[in-house]
Amino acid sequence: MNLKEWVFTTDHKRVGILYLIGSVAAFVVAGIMALLMRAELSAMGPTLTANPTTYNVWLYAHGAVMILGFQIPALTGFAANYAIPLMIGAKDVAFPRLNAFSVWLFYMGVILALLTFVIPDPPDVLWTGYPPYSTITTGNTALYTFTVLLIGFASIIAGVNFITTIAYMRAKGLTWNKLNFFVWSILGSFVMQLIYVPVLGTAVLLVSFDKYLGTHFFDPTMGGDVLTYQNLFWFYSHPAVYVIFLPFMGIIMDIFATFSKNRIFNYKAAVYGGVWGIVIISGEVWIHHLYVTGMPDWLRIGQMVTTLMISVPVGLMTISLVGTLYKGSITFETPMLYALGTMFLFLVGGLTGIPLAVTSLTVNLSETYYVVGHFHYVMAVAGSLAIFSGVYYWFPKMTGRMVNETWGRIAFVFTFVGANVIFWTMMNVGVKEGLPRRYYDWAQFPQVAHDQMVMTIGSVIIGIGFAIMLLNWILSAAFGKKAGDNPWESKSLEWTTASPPPHGNWPKPPVLADDWSPYAYAKR
Amino acid sequence: MNKHSKIGAGLLALAGSAQALALDKYIPTTDRIGDPAAGWNHLWSEVLVDITIMGVLFAVVLAYLMVKFRRRPGVEGGGVKELSVGAAIGWAIIPAFIFLADDLFVAANGWQLWNLQRTVPADRLEVRLESGMYSWDYTYPNGVRTQNVLKVPAGKPVLLRMTSRDTIHNHYMPDFKVKEDSMPGRITYLWFYPKEPGKHLVTCNEYCGVSHSYMSGQVEVMPPEQYQAWYEEEGAKLKAAAAAPAATEGSAPAAAPTAGAAAQDNKKPA
Ligand code: HEM
Ligand SMILES: [Cu+2]
Ligand SMILES: [Cu+2]
Repeated sequence: MNLKEWVFTTDHKRVGILYLIGSVAAFVVAGIMALLMRAELSAMGPTLTANPTTYNVWLYAHGAVMILGFQIPALTGFAANYAIPLMIGAKDVAFPRLNAFSVWLFYMGVILALLTFVIPDPPDVLWTGYPPYSTITTGNTALYTFTVLLIGFASIIAGVNFITTIAYMRAKGLTWNKLNFFVWSILGSFVMQLIYVPVLGTAVLLVSFDKYLGTHFFDPTMGGDVLTYQNLFWFYSHPAVYVIFLPFMGIIMDIFATFSKNRIFNYKAAVYGGVWGIVIISGEVWIHHLYVTGMPDWLRIGQMVTTLMISVPVGLMTISLVGTLYKGSITFETPMLYALGTMFLFLVGGLTGIPLAVTSLTVNLSETYYVVGHFHYVMAVAGSLAIFSGVYYWFPKMTGRMVNETWGRIAFVFTFVGANVIFWTMMNVGVKEGLPRRYYDWAQFPQVAHDQMVMTIGSVIIGIGFAIMLLNWILSAAFGKKAGDNPWESKSLEWTTASPPPHGNWPKPPVLADDWSPYAYAKR
Repeated sequence: MNKHSKIGAGLLALAGSAQALALDKYIPTTDRIGDPAAGWNHLWSEVLVDITIMGVLFAVVLAYLMVKFRRRPGVEGGGVKELSVGAAIGWAIIPAFIFLADDLFVAANGWQLWNLQRTVPADRLEVRLESGMYSWDYTYPNGVRTQNVLKVPAGKPVLLRMTSRDTIHNHYMPDFKVKEDSMPGRITYLWFYPKEPGKHLVTCNEYCGVSHSYMSGQVEVMPPEQYQAWYEEEGAKLKAAAAAPAATEGSAPAAAPTAGAAAQDNKKPA
């Protein structure tokens, strides 16, 4: 193994692994920020730092890096790169060099994000970067702008690449309706990235224009308007949560099928109703992030209805997930444990989103810890557990070795318990006391002292879970017992080649029988 | 409604002009006095029941399937057959219909409460709010100004018309279950119904800068007679000051309070 080969690789599997290493590193950094925040919040008044700006920088780094540096790249970078060509029987992606370019851009973005910790006036604009604050702060808003632009650009390039790959590079006989559900979910995700990322790019660029070049796009004293930014920002950033959500559903759907030894229940409803339903509705719900900004009353009501309607595609996918267990033969190895954990966390997170869709309830709940608890359930922990279930699942394929099961289970218990302790408590203090988010100090809310301590303890528990998991991966990659080509006895195409697969994936392109399906477990 | 007139109105408000009240035609008014906070509690408990039922249902089915279909010797899986076209459509349409019905039920209730929240009783106290880093500055109809303390009479709905002189803030009153952003260049409104005398927290709910978490204030609900006495006394003091030659009207920032001192210093970590 030499470094140069890895840096200049155009092999989709190596690009995928590079994405994995980069995004897990980002996760560790952002996770440390979370622990610092939790330590700061454990007691009233200044604890770790007496300077609120320091907390705000941690919060910026945590939010921006978790989303832009960890979840989106882990799903549309690592999982897509590693699994898609293998699942569709291709020898690589359509444009391997472009692929290498996108992972480079991603690394540059991560490095830029990490500069936050060395420059004198780091960004303190949080991951949303709202003006006017972002245009008047002494913090470095340009760093925020360029981090978003670089990672966004990487994503657009990857989108072009993967849409082409899925459309043109499927193995002979692999028709659309035989694709793994995961492939569909990535397709949907990238379609949304291509439509919406440019809008986000525009928004963050204009903020820096306002701040550094003297324009007034968002400055009302000169004819600009502060809400234009928020509309542009959420026009992308709401779909962004589906960019995360779809592939994570895709991963656990495929894991459910493999570990239940079943076909996906009502596959077509999950694909055409679920994935494409989400893609279509995703652009009509952004106002639910602007429910308390004085947007026109009719618009707030209209998008309450569209937001609630998201439950239809999501519900169809959920039914497919649950139905896939029916009459299966389920085993509970670590990937399946994480996938089931995702399912339960997602159930809590998804359902607690329903009150937030209702405009009239949100005038109380908006921007409180209820929201923080809710989105950590759906996105932060359900999403992360789905990503990690995917890593556990493809680990034998990537490394040729098995992950240690015992430690995998122990890590899962810590993670799952810790997540519920923190994020359930967050929702609780949000509803009961109305504790606002993004507070360096909770001096006005002495009644939440006990809950704050509980959350900090929860964050230590979840931190231990993640640490065990990472150590387990590293040690298993070096010393784990050898995996065969197909340790999970899956029918999916990626398991028909060697572990790890050779360059080009198969010695000869796979030929699919007429009755082949990635889910053909039933005996005929 | 046209954006320029809104921005114009906002700028006038920044200058402390009474013409900012041109917003009137956008505020629907009613003769009835409802109670939005009680409505919130009611709808919340209703929706909570709804999502709890769904959550428990899914979780129980999931847990049952996990146990029932765990691998046992002789059982090989592959039991889910390909659905017939009819069954596939049924399994898509029927659940979709159930979800939609539930959505519309929740939306209808949400809309009803929304109308209550946004339609302001005609018999009300109107106070203008200008927020700034890091204070809440209230102006009463007679020109009296307070900072970080909003004194109101019990039993009368209060309408706040809000704007901001710097970043975006959000006037949140957890006890009254309502909030809305206050933004530079825009005017927003909210109303609440303080029924009993007492004190309630106001806290900033939109990240506005370094001292965001210290930007608090108080709603002081007073017995009506007591409030009236305070209101008239401060109004008279203001008049007297204006008549005096050293009137500060022109030079003082729009926000300088005329009544009482700031309740607290919101800029310093406690
Ligand atoms: C796993 C342990 C985690 C803990 C203990 C944790 C904790 C926290 C805390 C304390 C806050 C700040 C609340 C505030 O001051 O408003 C926060 C905000 C946030 N977290 Fe996490 N978090 C975790 C994981 C994640 C993950 C995996 C993501 C991935 C998407 C994530 C995304 C966010 C975002 C987007 C914010 C909001 C940032 C903002 O307000 O600008 N978190 N988290
Ligand atoms: Cu504020
Ligand atoms: Cu604030």
